[in-house]
Amino acid sequence: MDKINFLKPDKNNIYVYLYLGVFLFFVSIADVSFNSFFGVNATAFLPDSISFFLPLILGVMGLHLIRIEYSGIQNLDLINKKINTNTFNAFLTMIIIFIIIKATPPALSWFIFDANISGDSKDACTGSGACWTYIKVWFNRFMYGMYPNEYQWRINVSFIFLIALAFVGYFSGERLKKYLTLYYVIIYPIIAYVLIYFLISGGSFGLNWVETGAWGGLSLTFIVSFFCLIFCFPIGMMLALGRRSSLPTVRYCSIGFIEFWRGVPLITVLFMSSVMFPMFLPDGFFLDKLVRVIIAISLFEAAYVAEVIRGGLQALPRGQYDAAKSLGMGYWKMHIFVILPQALKLVIPGIANTFLALVKDTPLIFVVGLLEIAGMLGLAKTNPKWLGFAMEGYVFASIIFFIICYSMSKYSYNLEAKYKTER
Amino acid sequence: MNYKIRKIIPQLATLLFIILVFGFFTINAQMNMANRGIDFGYGFLTQESSFDVQFSLIEYDGSHSYARAYLVGLLNTLLVSFIGIIFSTIIGVIVGIARLSPNYLIEKTAAVYVEFFRNIPLLLQIFFWYFAALRALPLPEKTEPFFGVFFLTIKGLYMPAFIWNNLDIFLYSIIASIISIISIRIYAKSLREKKGKQIPVFTTSLSILILLPLLTFLVGGVTLDFEIPVLKQLAKTAFIYDGGVSIPPELIALTLALSLYTATFIAECVRAGIQGVSKGQKEAAASIGLTTNQILKLVIMPQALRIIIPPTTNQYLNLTKNSSLAAAIAYPDLVLVFAGTAMMQTGRAIEIVSITMLTYLSISLSISVLMNWYNKKIAIKEK
Repeated sequence: MDKINFLKPDKNNIYVYLYLGVFLFFVSIADVSFNSFFGVNATAFLPDSISFFLPLILGVMGLHLIRIEYSGIQNLDLINKKINTNTFNAFLTMIIIFIIIKATPPALSWFIFDANISGDSKDACTGSGACWTYIKVWFNRFMYGMYPNEYQWRINVSFIFLIALAFVGYFSGERLKKYLTLYYVIIYPIIAYVLIYFLISGGSFGLNWVETGAWGGLSLTFIVSFFCLIFCFPIGMMLALGRRSSLPTVRYCSIGFIEFWRGVPLITVLFMSSVMFPMFLPDGFFLDKLVRVIIAISLFEAAYVAEVIRGGLQALPRGQYDAAKSLGMGYWKMHIFVILPQALKLVIPGIANTFLALVKDTPLIFVVGLLEIAGMLGLAKTNPKWLGFAMEGYVFASIIFFIICYSMSKYSYNLEAKYKTER
Repeated sequence: MNYKIRKIIPQLATLLFIILVFGFFTINAQMNMANRGIDFGYGFLTQESSFDVQFSLIEYDGSHSYARAYLVGLLNTLLVSFIGIIFSTIIGVIVGIARLSPNYLIEKTAAVYVEFFRNIPLLLQIFFWYFAALRALPLPEKTEPFFGVFFLTIKGLYMPAFIWNNLDIFLYSIIASIISIISIRIYAKSLREKKGKQIPVFTTSLSILILLPLLTFLVGGVTLDFEIPVLKQLAKTAFIYDGGVSIPPELIALTLALSLYTATFIAECVRAGIQGVSKGQKEAAASIGLTTNQILKLVIMPQALRIIIPPTTNQYLNLTKNSSLAAAIAYPDLVLVFAGTAMMQTGRAIEIVSITMLTYLSISLSISVLMNWYNKKIAIKEK
C-alpha cells in the first residue's frame, strides 16, 4: 500500500479517498438538511461562526478527496468533470446545493403545505402559506376582467373557434397549400375581427352590448397581442423594404418613422394615443380606446419588426438579387418570391423575440385604463375584503406569463430548426 | 424616360400621403383647440407649478416653475437608469460568464435565472417587488440594522450620509490618479507594440488608484465622517429614521426589477460575445506562449468586447426607456412628474407629450450616433 497523501489524492488508494470523500460530503449535506427540514442544528456545540461554515468546509474537503484524475470509474469521472473540476468549482457547487436545500422547505410550505385553497372568503386562509382561495375567488376576474359572468361563454367560444381556425394550415390538402399565406395574412384576421366584434362585443343578433372598458384580464392580453401581432408584421415588412429602397424619399421617410418609434418608450406612445391622439381627430369622430391602443402598439412594434427584417435582408448575398433580376423579375416579384422567403427564414429568432416583447408589453395598457391581468391584480389587491394578498396574485400572474412566453420561445426554436436550410 | 417616371411616382405618392396625414392632423388639432379655447405654446413652462414632488435630487417645491419640474423628472429618470445600468452590468457579466462555466450546476442555475426573469413582463416584476416583496419588510421601529448602519424598512433604505471635509482635494487626487493611469496605459501599450515588453499595468494602476487618494487623507487634511440615521418617534406609533440618506422604496423596487430584468439580456450578450471568439484564436495565442491571463486580456477580451458592446448599449437604452414604467408605482420620473402631474394641471397634452417624447428620442438618438461612431472605429479593418 502506498503512502496516503490527503493533499493530492491519486489512483493508488482510490477507495480510501473515495469512501472518506463521500462520507464528508454526505455529512455536510446531512447537517444542512437537518437544519433546514427539522430546524435542528447538529453542530450547535461549536462556536457560531464555525458551526455556520462547517458544512461548507467539510463538503469542499469531501469533493477535494474524490477529485481523482482518470480514476477508471466512469461515473466518478463524469461527476468530476461536471461539477468538480477544481477547488473553486467545488466551493460553488456546495454553495448552490446548500441554497437549494435551504430554499426548498420554505418554498414548499408556502406553495403547498401551509397554503389554503378551500372556502370562498378571506377567513378561510388560516395557514401561514399562500392563500390560493384568493386566486380561486378572483379567477374569473383575472381571466375575463369586468366582462359580465353570464356572457363569458362568448369569449370562450370565440377563442376556441379562433384556435381551431388557426390549425387549418396543418390539415389543408396539397392543393390548397398555395392559398395558405393569403388565408393567414388576410382572411384569418378578418374572421377574427368579425368574431370578436359580433360575439365578444355584441350589440346585434340578440347579444347584449359589452363595452370595451369592461373587457379585461388574460383574454384582453390575448386579444391585444393577437391583433398587434397581425398588424405589426406587414407594416414592419413594408418599412424594412422602404428603408432599403433606392428611392430617397421613401428611404428617409422609413428611417424617420422607424427611428422615431424606436426612440421613445411605449408608455409615452400610449399616453399619446390616449390624450394627444383624440385632439388630432375631427370633432365628433370617436375611436374606441381599445382600437387606439392596438394601433399605437402595432406601430410601435412594427418599427422593431422592421429592424429585424432589415437584418435578414442585409444578410442575403447580393447574388440572390442579381439572379432574380436577371430572370426578368420586377421589384415586387423579386421580393415576394425570392428575397423575402429567404430573409424571413433567417430572422425567425429575431421576430420571435419581438413578438415576445410585444406580449410582455401588453400589461402597459393600464395607462389608458384598460385592465388586463396585471391591472386586474392591482384592482383586486386594493379590494377592502381581500387586502394583503399581493404576493399570491403576482406569483400567479408571473407563472401564467412565464408559461406563455417560455412556450413561445421554445416554439420559435422549433420553427428555426424546421426552416433551417443548408447554405 | 419611362424609367425616370417609375422612380418619381412612388416618391411623390409617399410625400403626398405624408403631407395629407400631417395636414389632416394639424387642421383637426387647430380646430379642436379653437373649439375648446386652448392656445398652443410653450409659455406655461415658466409658470409656477404649485405641486410637490416626493423625491428630488435638486431643490424643488410648488413655487418653482414647470421647467424646473421637468428637470426634476429628467434627473430622477437619469438617476434610476444610471443605477440600473451599473447593477445590470455587474449581474449580467457574472451570469453571462456563469452560463459558460464548465460546472453543470452553475450553468443550469444561471440558465434558470435567465429564462425565468426575461419571460415575465417587467411591469409585473416591478409590481411584485414594490407591492409584494418590499411590503413584507419590517416597520422602522422593528427593523434590524445591517452592519449597524443600514436600515432596510418598509419605508425605504436608510444609509449613513458622508460628510466630507476638503472634498475638492480628494476629487482632484482621484482625477490626477485617473489621468496618470491613462498615461501609463498608453505608454505601456506603445512599449508593447514597439519593443514587445510587458510592464505590470494592472498592479501599478490599482496601487496608484488606492495610494493617491489615501495620501490626501493622511496629508491633505481630508476627513470623512458618517451621519448615521437615528430612529425618531413622530407620534405614538409612527416612527421614522432621521438623518443620513434615505432611499424611497419606489426607487429600490424599480432598480431591482430593472436591473434583474435587463441583466438577463446582458448575460446573453456576454455569452454570445465570448462564444463568438473562435477557439482557434485561443489556441493560437496559447501556442505562441502567452499565459492564460494574457490570452484573456490581449486576445479574447478585445475580440469579445467588439461583439458584446453594441447589443449591450442597446440594452442600456432599453433600460432607460423602460424606466418610464416608474409611473406605475409612483416613482417621480419624467413620465410621472411631467406627462402625468404637470399635464393634469395644465391640460396641455400636445406640448407636454411632445416634449417628453423628444427628450427620450434625443437620449436614444445621441447614444446611437455615439454607438455608430464607436462601431466604425473598432470594426476590423480588412484588406
